[in-house]
Amino acid sequence: MIAAGAAHSLSSFPVLSALVLVPVAGALLVALLSERRPEFVKLAALASSVATGGISVWMLSAFDTHESGYQFVSRHGWIDAWGISWHLGVDGISLFLVVLTGVLFPLVIVGVDPHHDEKRYLAWLLVLEAGVMGSFLSLDLFLFFLFFEIVLVPMYFLIGGWGYDRRVYAATKFFLYTMFGSAFMLVGIIATAVLARRDVGYLTFDLVQIAEKAGFAASTGRWLFLSFAVALAVKVPLFPLHTWLPDAHTQAPTAGSVILAGVLLKLGTYGFLRFGLYLFPEAALWAKPLFLTLAVIGIIWGAVAATMQTDLKRLVAYSSVAHLGFIVLGTFAVTSQALTGSVAQMVNHGVSTGALFLLVGMIYERRHTRAIAELRGIQAVAPVFAAAFMVVMLSSIGVPGLNGFVGEFLVLIGSFETARWWTVVAATGVILAALYLLWAYQRVFHGEPDDANSGFREITAREGALVGVFIAIILFTGLYPKPMLERIEPSVDRLIEHVQKRTGYVAPDHPVGADHGSDGEGGD
Amino acid sequence: MGPLAFTPPAVEFTDVLPLLIWLGTLCAVLLLGALVPAVLRGRYALVTFASAVAVAVQQAMKWSDLGSEPTGTALSDAVAVDRFAVLATMVIAVALGLVAPVLHDHLARRDSDGPEPWAMFLTAAMGAQIMVSANDLLVLFLGLETLSLSLYVLAASNRRNARSQEAGLKYFILGGFSSAFFLYGIALVYGATGSTNLTTVATRLQGSVSLAGDDALLLLGIGLLLVGLGFKVSAVPFHAWTPDVYQGAPSPVTAFMASAGKVAAFAALLRLLTTALERRADDWRPVVWALALLTVFVGSVMAVVQTDVKRMLAFSSVSHAGFVLVGVEAASHGAPGLSSSMTYLLIYTVLVIGSFSVVTVVAGDSDDATSLSDFRGLARRRPALALGFTVLLLAQAGMPATSGFIAKFGVINSAVEAHSYVLAVAAMVGAVIAAFLYLRIMVSMWLEDADDGDAPRVPRATGAVIAVAVAFTLFVGVFPGWLLDAGNLVDLFRPVAAPQG
Repeated sequence: MIAAGAAHSLSSFPVLSALVLVPVAGALLVALLSERRPEFVKLAALASSVATGGISVWMLSAFDTHESGYQFVSRHGWIDAWGISWHLGVDGISLFLVVLTGVLFPLVIVGVDPHHDEKRYLAWLLVLEAGVMGSFLSLDLFLFFLFFEIVLVPMYFLIGGWGYDRRVYAATKFFLYTMFGSAFMLVGIIATAVLARRDVGYLTFDLVQIAEKAGFAASTGRWLFLSFAVALAVKVPLFPLHTWLPDAHTQAPTAGSVILAGVLLKLGTYGFLRFGLYLFPEAALWAKPLFLTLAVIGIIWGAVAATMQTDLKRLVAYSSVAHLGFIVLGTFAVTSQALTGSVAQMVNHGVSTGALFLLVGMIYERRHTRAIAELRGIQAVAPVFAAAFMVVMLSSIGVPGLNGFVGEFLVLIGSFETARWWTVVAATGVILAALYLLWAYQRVFHGEPDDANSGFREITAREGALVGVFIAIILFTGLYPKPMLERIEPSVDRLIEHVQKRTGYVAPDHPVGADHGSDGEGGD
Repeated sequence: MGPLAFTPPAVEFTDVLPLLIWLGTLCAVLLLGALVPAVLRGRYALVTFASAVAVAVQQAMKWSDLGSEPTGTALSDAVAVDRFAVLATMVIAVALGLVAPVLHDHLARRDSDGPEPWAMFLTAAMGAQIMVSANDLLVLFLGLETLSLSLYVLAASNRRNARSQEAGLKYFILGGFSSAFFLYGIALVYGATGSTNLTTVATRLQGSVSLAGDDALLLLGIGLLLVGLGFKVSAVPFHAWTPDVYQGAPSPVTAFMASAGKVAAFAALLRLLTTALERRADDWRPVVWALALLTVFVGSVMAVVQTDVKRMLAFSSVSHAGFVLVGVEAASHGAPGLSSSMTYLLIYTVLVIGSFSVVTVVAGDSDDATSLSDFRGLARRRPALALGFTVLLLAQAGMPATSGFIAKFGVINSAVEAHSYVLAVAAMVGAVIAAFLYLRIMVSMWLEDADDGDAPRVPRATGAVIAVAVAFTLFVGVFPGWLLDAGNLVDLFRPVAAPQG
């Protein structure tokens, strides 16, 4: 990590552009290297992903905690004819998602073996990383759409090329589903820019310009919001648009599932904050009951469906539907605590569910099955593995002291005031999560191992190190969430202030004119 | 001017230079090919390519000249001289230049080295060029027929293949019908306005205040003209010939048909609708609206259920025509639909020629192996070719960072500017359906294993064309600024002040 003095001197370095372009360069390099020298290919992929991760961690250290606006902003004209610019920036809302992306990819590249065609696999992973990074960093609607959509291609090939038996079906479903949503968003984005031209004075796709200057008539804003919402809801995924997710997750290779759960789904929830709430506050508040209801249905539905799964990976996939419901609940509750909780939950869910998929992948590597019924008594033969699984699972359930608790708790407490009855129902989802995950744990790990399971290999050093990183993050965030929350909060407060200013809405814990520099409510 | 007095029109030769270049090349190819075959044997492609480059260069110079001088007409108002025509001519030249190397390899495989196919291609290019600059319905008809007749012959030019014969005959018969419709449309418009000249028609329509019921002649004429041109751009429901002809015709011919043929027809359609019939936009707009919607959806849906790649690409070209029609509809509102349609056509020209070039390579010597299963495992056998085709297919699907996205974005942008939201959303949803088709081809190439191990041979010239197409696709996808700026400079010779709308 670089010292603070150096940070200053490096301020002219285009940090964010590098976060996007380093993986692209890595992907090109990997594609150009010869397949006959796999060690070079792997090295190139690793180097570029580690470099990206390093830059993201450095950015985290150099991030100004009390600054609520966009930092490290990089802005260059790109397509002048349409008022499109290469505009990147990071604030508290995107900060940890960017870091999570930067950290997750090298871990996956080191830790998961694709078994065949490693070169292509690594190239696609790096393209995926660039796409995800770009989506989180874009402050231009066109640019965001570009990255949001480009992500589909590498993910499609990863699922289709390295997934399990029904991989082509799952990959195609994933691609078409998401693209269907994006079709509406593209028209919405263009309409937003065209309609905002009157207020802004010129045609631009710049998010900040449009959000700060343009005011949409209520009916127009609602249509525009809905066009965005369809695409984002598919991505989250929000009930009833979630049906692609279990297939994609189950059929994807381990790396694909980890990335999908870890960061890709967050594009949707992040989009709701960054584009839904920020651009169309009036419409978002108007649509609040709808989205709260869908979120709560998702929480309960995901939990019930997860309980009934016979496939361990599918179970984790449905648990994602439930967890993401919490994030959407927090987003549309529009209070400072709930939004902070949402953002924290995005990151924490990425860590814990990512780790969970990693562990399920390890089980599959050993047993070549994901069927819960065929697994039994693993705790007896692989106690360390079982312990690791236990910690990660508890974090996913949201046990206090682990990271999953922080976000979920903040969401529930923050939503209680503005969305009381939804929150009450959602809270039962926490209990259901304990039910299906513990029950699954019991079936898989407890009991006497039969013949097939008695040879279950204990966690290896490499796997242990990999899972160890996740567990370290889980414990650190769970026990000491303050550094995270105090970076998220200023930006969230700024967003809420924007909503209040635009709509006259008053968030209960955030009355107009309140001192929003404090970091009082986080972490306790 | 009295009815019997005939003043020979002043001929501005520079304004018809593309025609003269291609005509000269055509004569040279035919004469030399017949008299001293040894001189040009094996070099027809080079000559054709050179003529395309010459036209492109000449048109590029014309483009910059037109920046300073006003647009107008030449040859007694018969052809328009404007940047719209220049851009369309350049696209045709690009199409000819890109198809020539592919055709060369294609013919070399079957040891046919006569000048005839080249002559037909040059004739087709001339016809297309006449169409894009015609400022008179009859001149337009001449261009249309020149283009169509050459394409009929070219479609049937693979004499050893029954499907090619069928394609030629089918195209000829249906094309004949559509020409008849078109001609009758011309007659009716002439009857209603007293002129076939687009400028005069526009002026007459501007001057006349029509009373209810007395413009049936004109409306019927407009309808028939739309049928004729709708057939040429393969708009649904006039698309039925497209899959059979595209599949049966030799692949390089299909590539030319789908690029230059479409550009010519669309340019003519745009010019006709937005200049001569501008005043009647309220009458033809709903028709174009419906055509666009139908074309996008039927094209996409039908493409998905095909099992032959050439048929898939044929239906996908129908769907792309629907997208251009969205731009045409937007142009009727005075939105930047004109430039976005033309940009779309330019980008699509490169995409479709690149795609059909890949098909030519995979189809093998017989030009028959075009079913989806023939593409199975291409990524293992020819990774670079498969990657190139993937880029072209993703671009056709409208993926960002490729030129296809820029094209779609432009058209949707102009539709939104024109407040045609329904059409914009519907077109995008149609694009999603079409994406499934491109995914199917990609699945076949990347995710399925080959039946047999032999990799298709990639001839050098065809490989170069594919490489150029892919490079262009990616370059425009990332740096589209110059193309959009050029597109925005496109203007049409308009005798009448544009109405506010």
